[in-house]
Order: sequence, then C-alpha cells, then structure tokens
Amino acid sequence: MDSEIEKIQEERKQMEKKLAASSFTEVHFDTDLYGARDTAGYLQELPVDDEEVDGGVESEVGRRMASYTAPKSLLKEMPRGGAQEDEEDGLGFRKPQPIASREDDYRKRRLSRVLSPDRNDAFALGDKTPDASVRTYADVMREEALKREKEETLRLIAKKKKEEEEKAKDREAAGEDAQQPPAAAQKRRNRWDQSQDVDGGGGGAKKAKTSASDWDMPDSTTGTGRWDATPTPGRVGDATPSLSRRNRWDETPTPGRVADSDATPSAGGVTPGATPAGMTWDATPKLSGLATPTPKRQRSRWDETPATMGSATPLPGATPVTPGVTPLGGVDLATPTPSSLNLRGAIPPEQYNLLRWEKDIEERNRPLTDEELDAIFPLEGYKILEPPASYVPIRTPARKLLATPTPLGTPLYAIPEENRGQQYDVPKEVPGGLPFLKQEDYQYFGVLLNEEDEEELSPEEQKERKIMKLLLKVKNGTPPQRKTALRQLTDKAREFGAGPLFNRILPLLMQPTLEDQERHLLVKVIDRVLYKLDELVRPFVHKILVVIEPLLIDEDYYARVEGREIISNLSKAAGLATMIAAMRPDIDNIDEYVRNTTARAFSVVASALGIPALLPFLKAVCQSKKSWQARHTGIKIVQQIAILIGCAVLPHLRSLVEIIEHGLNDENQKVRTITALSLAALAEASAPYGIESFDSVLKPLWKGIRSHRGKVLAAFLKAIGFIIPLMDAIYASYYTKEVMVILIREFQSPDEEMKKIVLKVVKQCVSTEGVEADYIKSDILPEFFRNFWVRRMALDRRNYKQLVDTTVEIANKVGVRDIVGRIVEDLKDESEPYRRMVMETIEKVVANLGASDIDSRLEELLIDGILYAFQEQTSDDANVMLNGFGAVVNALGQRVKPYLPQICGTIKWRLNNKSAKVRQQAADLISRIAVVMKQCQEEQLMGHLGVVLYEYLGEEYPEVLGSILGALKAIVNVIGMTKMTPPIKDLLPRLTPILKNRHEKVQENCIDLVGRIADRGAEFVAAREWMRICFELLEMLKAHKKGIRRATVNTFGYIAKAIGPQDVLATLLNNLKVQERQNRVCTTVAIAIVAETCSPFTVLPALMNEYRVPELNVQNGVLKSLSFLFEYIGEMGKDYIYAVTPLLEDALMDRDLVHRQTAASAVKHMALGVAGLGCEDALIHLLNYVWPNIFETSPHVINAVMEAIEGMRVALGAALILNYCLQGLFHPARKVREVYWKIYNSLYIGAQDALVASYPTLEDEENNVYSRPELAMFV
Amino acid sequence: MQASDRFNINSQLEHLQAKYVGTGHADLSRFEWAVNIQRDSYASYVGHYPMLAYFAIAENESIGRERYNFMQKMLLPCGLPPEREDD
Repeated sequence: MDSEIEKIQEERKQMEKKLAASSFTEVHFDTDLYGARDTAGYLQELPVDDEEVDGGVESEVGRRMASYTAPKSLLKEMPRGGAQEDEEDGLGFRKPQPIASREDDYRKRRLSRVLSPDRNDAFALGDKTPDASVRTYADVMREEALKREKEETLRLIAKKKKEEEEKAKDREAAGEDAQQPPAAAQKRRNRWDQSQDVDGGGGGAKKAKTSASDWDMPDSTTGTGRWDATPTPGRVGDATPSLSRRNRWDETPTPGRVADSDATPSAGGVTPGATPAGMTWDATPKLSGLATPTPKRQRSRWDETPATMGSATPLPGATPVTPGVTPLGGVDLATPTPSSLNLRGAIPPEQYNLLRWEKDIEERNRPLTDEELDAIFPLEGYKILEPPASYVPIRTPARKLLATPTPLGTPLYAIPEENRGQQYDVPKEVPGGLPFLKQEDYQYFGVLLNEEDEEELSPEEQKERKIMKLLLKVKNGTPPQRKTALRQLTDKAREFGAGPLFNRILPLLMQPTLEDQERHLLVKVIDRVLYKLDELVRPFVHKILVVIEPLLIDEDYYARVEGREIISNLSKAAGLATMIAAMRPDIDNIDEYVRNTTARAFSVVASALGIPALLPFLKAVCQSKKSWQARHTGIKIVQQIAILIGCAVLPHLRSLVEIIEHGLNDENQKVRTITALSLAALAEASAPYGIESFDSVLKPLWKGIRSHRGKVLAAFLKAIGFIIPLMDAIYASYYTKEVMVILIREFQSPDEEMKKIVLKVVKQCVSTEGVEADYIKSDILPEFFRNFWVRRMALDRRNYKQLVDTTVEIANKVGVRDIVGRIVEDLKDESEPYRRMVMETIEKVVANLGASDIDSRLEELLIDGILYAFQEQTSDDANVMLNGFGAVVNALGQRVKPYLPQICGTIKWRLNNKSAKVRQQAADLISRIAVVMKQCQEEQLMGHLGVVLYEYLGEEYPEVLGSILGALKAIVNVIGMTKMTPPIKDLLPRLTPILKNRHEKVQENCIDLVGRIADRGAEFVAAREWMRICFELLEMLKAHKKGIRRATVNTFGYIAKAIGPQDVLATLLNNLKVQERQNRVCTTVAIAIVAETCSPFTVLPALMNEYRVPELNVQNGVLKSLSFLFEYIGEMGKDYIYAVTPLLEDALMDRDLVHRQTAASAVKHMALGVAGLGCEDALIHLLNYVWPNIFETSPHVINAVMEAIEGMRVALGAALILNYCLQGLFHPARKVREVYWKIYNSLYIGAQDALVASYPTLEDEENNVYSRPELAMFV
Repeated sequence: MQASDRFNINSQLEHLQAKYVGTGHADLSRFEWAVNIQRDSYASYVGHYPMLAYFAIAENESIGRERYNFMQKMLLPCGLPPEREDD
C-alpha cells in the first residue's frame, strides 16, 4: 500500500513541479528578503487511514509504531509521538509537550481557524431589527457564500491556466513527436467528482488501478484525504476539467480573466495586476498553506503574518474577512490593547521551546566570573596567566550570535513601543503573587507586568486585568491557586460578562504552545463559566465552537470526551436555534476541516438536544440544492450521530435513513460515498434490529454495487456488509449470494482499503445465519485462499488482523479441517510474518472448535509444522507461536503422546540455547503443555524435565528465571509433591535464595511455587527452612504488585499451618514495628490469615498481649489485625467477642483518632459476623463506646464510625439504633441535627420497613393527626 | 458539606432525597416528618398481607376495603400542613 501511495505522491510532485513551472504561481519575490522555504519535506496530504471508530486514533498510532520493533506489550504502553522520543532526558520522565507537537498536519489546521467576531443574539433583540453594525446570521451566510464563490473563481482561473499549458504542451509534443501520445495526459489521475459514466467509459484496467488505489476512507478520523478537500488553486494540477462544473463564471469571462488566459505561459510573465492580485487579497492563512503548495514556495509579502510587523497590521474586527488574519491575528481581534502587542512576536512554538531550552543551558554554561573562580580555587598556589599573544577573542558577529542568543529571541526586529513601566527581563518577580510566566505567555499576560496603578485604570480595564490574573492562576498556578481562581471565575462569571471572559479565554486556547494540562484547565473554565452565563453565551457560540471543535478529533480520548461535554453544555445553554444559526454557515465551508469538525459537533448537539429536534434541519441540509458540500456534511452528521449514540438511534432510524437515502443516487461521488458509509454506521449502531428501516435503500445499494467501482463501491459494500447481518436467514442467504459475486471479483483488487472492506464484508456475510457451509466451501473458499492467503497480507498489521478474523469466522461455519488443511503447509513457509499469521489462525480456530475434526494425517502435518514454526521463530513477538503451540497441544490432548518425546527433545535442546529469548520460550512452553503431558501419562518425562529445569535455576536473566520457575510450578502442580523430581526437600532450599531476587516476574513465580509447596508438601521440608523462608517473605511484602503481596500473605498462612503459629506469629508481630505503612498493613493481613488458618485462640493471646506495647504503630497494627481477623472468621467471632471487648473499649476511648477508627472498623466486622448469634449484650456495650464518635469530622474516622453503626443496625436491629437517634433529630443545635439526620437517613435506607413498628408516638395537634391508631388495634 | 461525605451516599443529598422520599434533613419540620412516618406506616400495612388481614378482622372490614382505605389515607395522612411561621 505504502509503495502505491509513494508512487502517487511522486506523481503529484511531478505535477506540482510542472505547475510551478507554469506562469501561474511563478511570482518572484526577493527570496533573500522573505526567505525561501523549502516545503518539500512537509507532508502534503494526510497519511492514509481508514477504520472509522469514533476516533480510531489508537490504530493510527499503532500503525505509526509498526515500524519499530519491540515487544507488543511495550509498544502499547509507549507514549504517543515516537518522533520526539530522542528529546527525552534519559531519566524516563518526559517534559510536558505542547499539544501541537503531537498533532499531524490535518489537526494543526485548527490553528488556522479564525475567531470570528461576536454575532448578535436574535433572542435578546426581540422584534427589533438588528443594528447595522452587528453581525447577523444573514451577514455570516453572505460572507460564506462570497468565500465559496471566490474559491470557485480562483479554481476556474487555475484550471484555465492548466488547460492552456496542456494545450501548449500538446502542441509541442505533437510537433516533436507525432507518433507518441502525450504521456502526461495518460498519467493524469481521475477526479472523484467526475461523473461515473465518464469514469467507467474511459476505464481501462490501468485506469481503474490508479484511480482506485489512492483513496482512503472518507470518514477516517484524521479525516479524509484529498477528495474531501475543497479544490484549492494549488491543487488544480490534479484536476481534470469537467464540464459539469462550469458555472456562470466560465460563460461570461470577465475582462481580467480574458487577459490572463491570453497571457503567455512563459515564466514570470504574469502581469502584476491579474493573478497575483487575486492571490493576495484572498491570502487568508487558511489558504496560504494550500494556495501555493509548490515545492519551492515563494512567500509573498501578503502571506506574511501580520504579527511580525508589530501593531501595524491588525485590523480591528470590523471586516469579517480580515485579510491576512493569522491565528495570532485572531488574537488581535480579541485583544487589541496596544501594550500587549509589542511583546508579540510571531514565534512558532518549536522556537519557543528551543529558546527556553537555550536560555536554560546558557544560564548553566555561562563563563565563570573572576569572583566565582576566586571562590573555587585556593588563594595560594595559583596565579593568573596572561592570555597568549596569538589569542584573538571572537569578534565575528555571526558566531557571537550563535554563541549567545538573546534571551527573548525576536526573530525580526520590531520597533518597541515606549513603555517605561514594563520590565522585560525580570520575569521571576511577577507582582501580586501571580504564578510564573512562561515565555509564550507574555503575549497574553504581558500587560500584568506593567506596574501601573490599578486605581488609574478604567473599570473596564480593571475587570480585564482581574480576569487575566485569574486565568493566569488557573493556567500556571499551583493547585490551591488554581482552585480559588477557578471558583472566583465561576462565581463572578455574570459580573465579568461573557464578552470580556471569552475574549480572554478563547485566544489562550488557540495558543500554539498549549499543553494538555493547560488546555484541560482552560476547557474546564469554559465549562464552569458556561453553566453560569447560560443564555448570555449566545453571541459567542461560534467562537467557542472554533476552539472546542478540534477537541472532537483529538488523539486523546479524554480530550474528545471533554469536547463533547462542552458542546453538549453549550447547546443546552444557547438552545437549538442559536446552535444551528452558528453552525449552519460552516456546513458548506470551503475548508474540509471545518466541515468535518462541524459535522462532529452537530452530532453532539443532536445527542444533547435530542434527534427529533434536529431532524427537520438535517433534512433540509441533506437536500440542499446549492452545494454538494452541504449535502455531504448533512449526511456526515447522520453518520456521526450513529457513531456517537449507538443503539439509541433505533427510535429515529427510519427517519434518519429517509433523510439520507437520496444521497445514494447523488450526482456527486463523495456524497454517494458518505451516504453509503452513513448507512453502514446506522446499521452497525442499530444491529441486530431495524432491518425494516433499511428496506428503501436495499435496491439502490444493490444497483450501486453493480454500477460503481473503486471507492464508492467499497463504501457500498461496507453498507451492505453491515445491513446483511440484520436480515432474516432466508434473505440474508439470498443477498449474500448476490453480493458474493462482486466480492469475489474484488478479491483481486490491489487496493488495500478495498481488501479490508471485502474481508470485513465476507466475515459479516459468512457469520450470518442463512449462509450454508456447502455454499461457502464451494464458492468462496477457493478464491478466498488463492487471493488472500499470500505472504503480502501478513505485512500490514490491520490486513493481518482482518484476515485472521475473517478466516476464523469462516472456520466457525465450515469446520476445522477445511481451513487448517488449507493452511497447514504454510507453517513451513519461509516468511516469518506469514508463518505467524498462519499460526495465529490455527490457534484461534482450534481453540474455538477443538481438534476432533483433525485426522491423523493432518495431525502429523500440524505437529510437524508447529514444531518447525516454533523453532524457526526469530522475532521478539513470541507469544503467537507459544499460544498456538499450547492451544494445539491442549486441543489434541492424548493424541499428542507419540509426539511428546520429540517435543521434549526440542524443549531440552532449546533450554540450553545461547539466546535468553529461546530459553525463555522453551520454559514457557513447558508450563503450557504440562497438563497434557500428565494426560498422556508421561510422568517420567516430566520428572526428567523437572530435573533439567532444576539445574537451570542458576539462570541469570530474570525473565528466563521467572519462566523456569513458572515451568517448575506447572510440573509440580500436575505430578504432585510426592512424585516430584527433584524431591521437594532439595528443591525448596534452592528456592530460598531466589526469593531475594527483586525482579517482579521472578518474585511472582517463586512465591507461587513456594506457596504451593507450603500448601501441599510442607512436611517434606524442615521447620527451620520454613522459618528462614518466613524472614524472606517479610521482604516480599514490599512488592509493588498486589498479586505478589497477596501470594505472600497466603504463604504465611500455609507455613503457619505447617509448623505451628507461634514462631511465625512472633516474626510477624515484630514486623509491626517497622516504619513502612504498606509493610505493616500486609503484616496485619498475614496475622489475620495465620489466625484464621490456625484458629484464633492460638493467636489472640499473643496478639492482645502485643497491644500493651506503648507504641502507636504496634497498637494500631494489633487493632487492624483484629479487624481483618473478625472479617475473615465471621461467625466464629462469637466465641471471641467477649475476650476482645475490653481491648476494644480501651481503643475506642483512646485519644488517638486512628485507634478509634480502627477499633470502629473492628467493631463493624465483629457485629456483622455475630449478627443473630446472641451477643447483643456485648455489642450494645460496644455501641455505647462507638456512639460518642459520631461527631468526628476526619473523613476516615467518621466513615468507620458510620459503618460500625450500620453493622450494629444489622446485628441489633433498626429499632434500637433509632432509639439512639431520636435524642438528636430535633436538637436545637443545627450541627447536631445534621449528624443525627445523617444517621437516620442511612438507617432509613437500610431498614425502612423495620422502623414502622418503632417510630415514636406523636401527639395530635389541633388540625393535624399525628397518631397512628391502627397500631393500637387489638383482637 | 463535610469532606467525609464525599465518599458515601450522603454526598448527593438532593439526589438522595429524590431517590428515597422518606429521608430527612436538619430543617425538617415535625409535620413533614410525621407525614413521612404515616405514609411509611400505611405502605407497610398494605405491603404486609398478614397485617392487612389482622386489621380487617379487627375492624370487621374486607381486606380489599382496608387496603383501599389505607391507600386513601396516604394522600393527606396528617391533614393540611400548618401555616409556616417564617413566611
């Protein structure tokens, strides 16, 4: 696939070179002044990507990773953006990266969006006609229409140029070589917009090949390749002029256009008035990237960001189509304070980072001063030498510049505005306890540094300053600062007003150097403020959307969720009408990026306000006659709705399908494609219901798959693939047979995307109920295996996965033998990825269906192939082979017996291998097949393997050692302690030193093995050895992994059972004195477990005696042990409750909070354990000690106390607790009432019915009856 | 709200009130509490068939009539609410 893309990109480069050579873009500016930038290294288009999961970004990341080789587990955990890996500081910590640095070109387009000026709020006006100065919906729509028209005109101009040039070339070619057809015309690629007939009519095989191969999925998250992009002047090179596209601009040529179409295409021969003029005034940055994408882009002075010119350019937001608005220009619109402008340099984010870093390094590497040297060196024994005569200090300014960059690093000189109050170089002292300002923050917050007198400012300015201070605290402050600032912003939101707030917040969010955390905080501010402002946000809806929409396509899942949340809240605050008015103009925006994000935002609005509310609007948009973009976006909204809300589309399924169904016959190819994809999404979301809603689209879909080719066909197939599983069995089988003809034809398609879709559809069809095995065997299998089971498929990860899935699905229908028989030979293929794919398929098939279908011949082939594949593996990703081996051997069961000697031979040989990886795999394999070896009665063989493994316990690689221990454990598990060779008494002492190993895998396997021996075969080992192990185990309690700690405490229990609790208990009680909390907690658990396994009476005396040690940790440890103990022993607690009550009394009266807390939780477990066993007297006694603690405020303590009371409710009954409660429910002190009502509420929730009998008797009042006479009835 | 409440069911007191109608709070009046008690009682009588049967025998009414009566009484179990003094 990549090669094809490369080829196409190469082709386009050629085109663009040609285009560059033509007169159109050849506008020469002084390169030495403006700098010629080489854009050849930049990505010109998005990487190809399909799979529309809502943000199928993970897969995309994974694909980028695919070229790295590392274990899969590592790869998955690897942070995004592998390219920046080298910047890491080697400590394993990453500096926070700005969001922009991990974004691809497509996502970066968010930065080129403009924060449009406020719009009027139609609701606020009432019936009044809006003032001429405010921007109304009509204005915005007009502007959009203007933009589109302009775009169209430019495109046509460029096309004309192109035609001219081609014609000239043709003439030339015809003159030079009349026999040869013009190659350029042949190589030209097809336009997607071209009508299908033309496409098909001209279609030779070659054409189909080239045209079909360079598409990617239109609904891909990263969005849409070229065909979705609006044709822009620079792109026209690709375009074949199509007649249908002509509009009135073509028919009535303006004089200017005549002039330039007549212009000779010689280089540089453009009259300055004609094209360049058009170029300049439209050069909004949005286009500037695309407008002249020639490899050597001439930067026109109009492209220059206005910010570099200081405050010269920024035109206030009066004209909506501000010429030359850059992202920073967008800031200008919002913050036109002159003082903030002079600090603003157009410094790109990477340069900021570089500067920051350089400054830091400079600080450290600056030359030492004489004083410093004096301080370092002793006074005597050194003398200062004269510099040699030949020494010349560096004078060349250039080198000097390199050596000491200016700290602020303005790339171009800008005349600063005079401002005495401003202090440039002392950022450390920010006034008023504000947080540290980062370099890039100066342009936003620089004003705060001006030491102006607050009183002199106007109230408006003061407000602005206040907002900025708060925002700065939120953005850069410490958590407490952030918290208070956020609260203030929220509380005063209405006071500040929507305008000043959003004019400050939104530009910050457009900052190119923003980091994830900062964005999260600012988005949070918006969310809170939104809630407060409510309908006041209306004029700012579009602005907010501009900054929030990009979050919807962010790589980060949480950013996407956050974006959805905000848009959802926004639409609830602003209302549907405002949302539609704000987003309608973007629906047919010329920029595909804008349309894509708008569609996603609309789907969020739909889910927030309900689909029915949006349906009429969607219907109108999808039927727009004016532009295909609107229809495309409308249909895409439906797709996004389906993806976003899943099965909740079902109630509206029919209307949604009706809205988009006409798109299948649309004249525009892109619209047809997106319609089919939307249908696929709807069908996927509504599965397995709702087939009746799709009735109307079945016919066009079926007609479509016969008439379409390439990308559209793929989309149609995808839709059918998702619809077929919804059908009844009979129809499904009929339709499958219909579609299969096309699918089988497309099996041969060289196009990767088509392949993936075909595989997916085959999988869906095959898994449907009505499709019979015979049909699959005869019609699908031969072609399927011939076309797909080839080595090339194993190279791309997603192809690989899809193929395996599909094959497994087919196997589920046709059985094991057919599938395995066809691919088993390939286990010996020479390509390792292919072998791995075969192995994975066999593993899944066999694991699903078992091996009873496999005959003896196939069995031989299979084992042979697997052994070969296992031995020949070289790559790191070994688990596939291992799992495959394990699955097959386990499925075959006793039938493996004849092959076991051979397998074990291989294992033994490989255990001795030089490579650690191989040894590890061999050991792992033993643990997989141990059970089967036992089934085959190969105990002798296992014993032999046990001895071999025992000999390898000296292994130095921890990973391998862990696997060896795991293998030993597996063997011990199946053959038992008595038959084990080497005998346990030899094995265990060998394990004791290994317990010291700090590697996690070793620890885990070792403790498991030791625990197993302690459990089953403790008598084989001397008590002294077990004590030694106990001491080692204490160290294990420090392990990070919970599994290890759990295994350790369990092992304590086993050992205590084997050698008696006394010694173990003494060890554990001593361990309560250690400092580490985790260690102590684990020890208390171990004590409790020992008590449980050896009966509490063996442990309690010593434990309670330990409580006398006057040390907090020990006493708390004892209490905690008691708590765990009573939790574990449950009912058995009734025998011990009287014994421990005095101790708990003491603890519940202790001054120390933790004492009371832990004692309370012990009481809880005790009460729950002995409920209904007649220990009420002791429990009431304890309750009297617990009750006074209800006024505690420390969270853990109060929780424990409340839980203890809940426990008492269970044990003593709700009535008794209610009686305790009644005294405080109407207490004069509110604090008291609150606590008592809290207890009452939990009592009520826990046992409402039981309370009926015990409510107090209330006296009637004059008007009210409070008594309950029913309860006094007596028969 | 106390820090401790963040972890338990009291953290969302409003939610709690909505979910369990009978739960109370520090500002609950005698009347409101009594109404809850009465309604809980009637609900309980109706819910436990033996109780209903007992009342039926005691009052010499049919069980269905008893059930109907109790359900009717749940509407305004304590009569009209007293005038609030504060407003």
